[in-house]
Amino acid sequence: MKITAQIVEKHGLKLEEYENIKKLLEREPNFLELGIFSAMWNEHCSYKSSRVHLKKLPTKGKQVIQGPGENAGVIDIGDNDAIIFKIESHNHPSYIEPYQGAATGVGGILRDVFTMGARPIALLNSIHFGAPEHPKTKSLLNGVVSGIGGYGNCIGIPTVAGETKFNDTYNENILVNAMAVGHAKKDKIFYSKAKGLNKSVVYVGSKTGRDGIHGASMASAEFDENSEEKKPTVQVGDPFTEKLLMEACLELMKDNSIISIQDMGAAGLTSSSVEMASKGALGIELDLDKVPCREENMTPYEIMLSESQERMLIILEDGKEKNAKKIFDKWDLDFVVIGKTTNTNKLTLKFNNRIEGEIPIDALASNAPLYNRKWVKKKIQKTRIDLKKLKKIKIEDALIKILSSPNHSNKSWITNQYDQNVMCDTVQKSGSDASIIRIHNKDKAIAVSVDSSANYCKAYPLVGGKQIVCENWRNLITVGAKPLAITNCLNFGNPENKEIMGEFAECLEGIKEACEFLNYPVVSGNVSFYNGTNKKNIYPTPVIGGVGLIKKLSKPLNHNFKKNNSTVILIGKTFGHLEQSCFLKENYSINEGMPPEVNLLNEKNNGETLLKLIDKKLILSSHDVSNGGLITALSEMSIGSEYGIKIFKPKKLTNLYEYFFGEDQARYIVEIETNNLGKIEKILKENNTYYENIGLTQKEFFEIEKELKISTNDLFKINNEWYKNY
Amino acid sequence: MRSSVIVFPGSNCDRDIAIALEKMQFKNQMVWHKETKLPKSDLVVLPGGFSYGDYLRSGAIAGKSLIIDEVVKAANSGCLILGICNGFQILTETGLLKGTLLRNKNLKFINKDVHIKVMNNNTKFSNKYKNNQLLKINIAHNEGNYFTDPKHLDELNKEGLIAFKYCDEKGNINNGTNPNGSLENIAGILNLKKNILGMMPHPERMIDDIISNKDGINLFSSLLN
Repeated sequence: MKITAQIVEKHGLKLEEYENIKKLLEREPNFLELGIFSAMWNEHCSYKSSRVHLKKLPTKGKQVIQGPGENAGVIDIGDNDAIIFKIESHNHPSYIEPYQGAATGVGGILRDVFTMGARPIALLNSIHFGAPEHPKTKSLLNGVVSGIGGYGNCIGIPTVAGETKFNDTYNENILVNAMAVGHAKKDKIFYSKAKGLNKSVVYVGSKTGRDGIHGASMASAEFDENSEEKKPTVQVGDPFTEKLLMEACLELMKDNSIISIQDMGAAGLTSSSVEMASKGALGIELDLDKVPCREENMTPYEIMLSESQERMLIILEDGKEKNAKKIFDKWDLDFVVIGKTTNTNKLTLKFNNRIEGEIPIDALASNAPLYNRKWVKKKIQKTRIDLKKLKKIKIEDALIKILSSPNHSNKSWITNQYDQNVMCDTVQKSGSDASIIRIHNKDKAIAVSVDSSANYCKAYPLVGGKQIVCENWRNLITVGAKPLAITNCLNFGNPENKEIMGEFAECLEGIKEACEFLNYPVVSGNVSFYNGTNKKNIYPTPVIGGVGLIKKLSKPLNHNFKKNNSTVILIGKTFGHLEQSCFLKENYSINEGMPPEVNLLNEKNNGETLLKLIDKKLILSSHDVSNGGLITALSEMSIGSEYGIKIFKPKKLTNLYEYFFGEDQARYIVEIETNNLGKIEKILKENNTYYENIGLTQKEFFEIEKELKISTNDLFKINNEWYKNY
Repeated sequence: MRSSVIVFPGSNCDRDIAIALEKMQFKNQMVWHKETKLPKSDLVVLPGGFSYGDYLRSGAIAGKSLIIDEVVKAANSGCLILGICNGFQILTETGLLKGTLLRNKNLKFINKDVHIKVMNNNTKFSNKYKNNQLLKINIAHNEGNYFTDPKHLDELNKEGLIAFKYCDEKGNINNGTNPNGSLENIAGILNLKKNILGMMPHPERMIDDIISNKDGINLFSSLLN
């Protein structure tokens, strides 16, 4: 087949990229080779627009065993235990086919984690939808939630935390980010780098079908009105097979058979074989006749580009095939030697005893395009919102508006559809600042949280990037965990647009600054560009997934008030920043202005001081102050508790809206035994930590003197109302 | 006491139940579904999960697996059989327990802690509980909506074969305290000989205060009694 400009374009390649391919090959590629280039050179696989910026992120630290570049990141939690984790997007497929898109997102991220030798112990997700009243939102939401649950519940990994947000920026392009966390022995971690010549390359798992062909290319382009036609590019998940594959791989990993292992994710057999060869500076030869196929008459092109799920590629040590095959036979999975490693540094594809394609590995990997795309700094709107001009509303009404809004309402109707308890190590599940998972058979645990702040990032990407790292860090601190490292999923619009590229560059700069300052390195992640339809881009939405360590697990700490008449302290300074706040958004539909400032020095100091108090067992409950400000946080501590709070009126003559709804950062609320107050004040002062004594817990009622009084039961009802009527 | 946990492809609570049994001092063995002989056991457990992916119908394929003939034989000779969640579904598929488990009435997977009431403590599985005792226990299923014919329901009631019913924290049994639409709020049933118990809630998840509570422990200590 003659390669025409039209065929090149259909493969998502630019004409200048095609010229480059010809130069690298010193000839024209054939159709199969073109398909392979398109799979490797698309944005999703090559990170061609983001690599320049990603390099700046801090990725090292004493706690880091493996940073970005492998299937997932690995951190050290002591005693020969390692935690392996990563987050990944499945936005485009989930918009086209929500159930399968979300399900295979979960399946894919799980494979990334167990490929490295970890048994997955927790799943998390961050899902963003358009406005609730948008005609597509409800069915997308139901599909995505069922898909996430369908996969995680069946494979038997608890889905322990997540966030669900609504914003009309996602009307035509939802976000589905899935994170998996696994536990491995530090001395039993498996990597994808091939080693040694003439080693067997083994295909294991499901058979290859025609599903998902060009999935990665689809994820590297904007949507238009014909997006529905892309349904055949969405993969179909089979969690049952993945469960078998996981058990078989973990069984094989017990001895020393595996040289390297790589899951077949985006761009399937192509990217897995190229990545293994590229990392090992070797060649790889595949006999495509041997690939187990689900359908008849599949061509080499289809076999190489299929994104059928639940498949792995393994390079085995000599003489280990027989034993390895026994394991996969036991689990009724295909196990076929389909090729070998070579010294040619080429990807060689044979079919019917003919060489159908041959490409230098470097041309596909290290010579993939790299763009330093043009970008511009965000123009900051320094509007000041005149509070005096706003219509007066009662504090109570403003609070109710926030608590009953789609974004703030209780999400247990979602999380109750996920098995959060299977594996019997879930100490604290969704609904807290962070979830806590015990390390099996040990008395230590990890805390995990996933967070995003698209509104802040849109208003000022640099500060938004910083803020979201800090919020994630705070969430781990509040449950008593020492934050160790993050994974990030960077969801942005079209990188060819210089404003969007600017949002990306500045968000990343913010993430970098915060991670560096907090010693909170990035160990894995994923970039998803081209989130938008017909030139309308989504808000910049970096999602941060953090992991922290609780060295000695005792009764888990959460945000619910625990006792009557205990003292409630606010740690951190309140300035009353209302721009970009929920208060203005939910009550006045005002979206203008700057996000709150982030002072990294205060973040670090306040967080570390609170950890000290928690370690000394002086904290009964704790909660971070985020969206909705102080009063929203306090109401959340009362919802689901028998105890409410009597809040003292602020002494200074401040504006009550600013005091109660301001979204200033670096703040925590803690409940303490009143007779420990002196001891705690001393520690706070020694650590130069600003605090205020803001109230006393009481039975049943949430109250501000002469301002409002609501029973905690009513707060619960208000917070659970929205979904019932949806 | 010797126990065997049957492992089907897709079982995912097999490890959890094994840990609970070992913690309670059972001498436990894991038995792979392709085995054709059951080791000597006083108790056989069919664990929760998605055996064979729950394809076709939950529990249907497991009900036809190689090992299941042995389980049926053991059951008929009086061995104690406990089916939890997917295990309960498998028991109804094999005919060891009558009735069936339909999709939850809200058509959604449900995972939460619910309350159940002990309806009969005069069994091998429940003698350490008191009658009408309330337990807080975790459920996690898509098809837990128990259904049977009126004649069998009558028998269940008359013979004391209803082991547990869903209720609220005060013990009220009604539509409002029924999480999945189960007939008469049934959460678990016994066969006529009372040596087989099938239940949707997960007692193995309730043996540890740090994770949840210890309301499930007495089910295992009843068996040891």
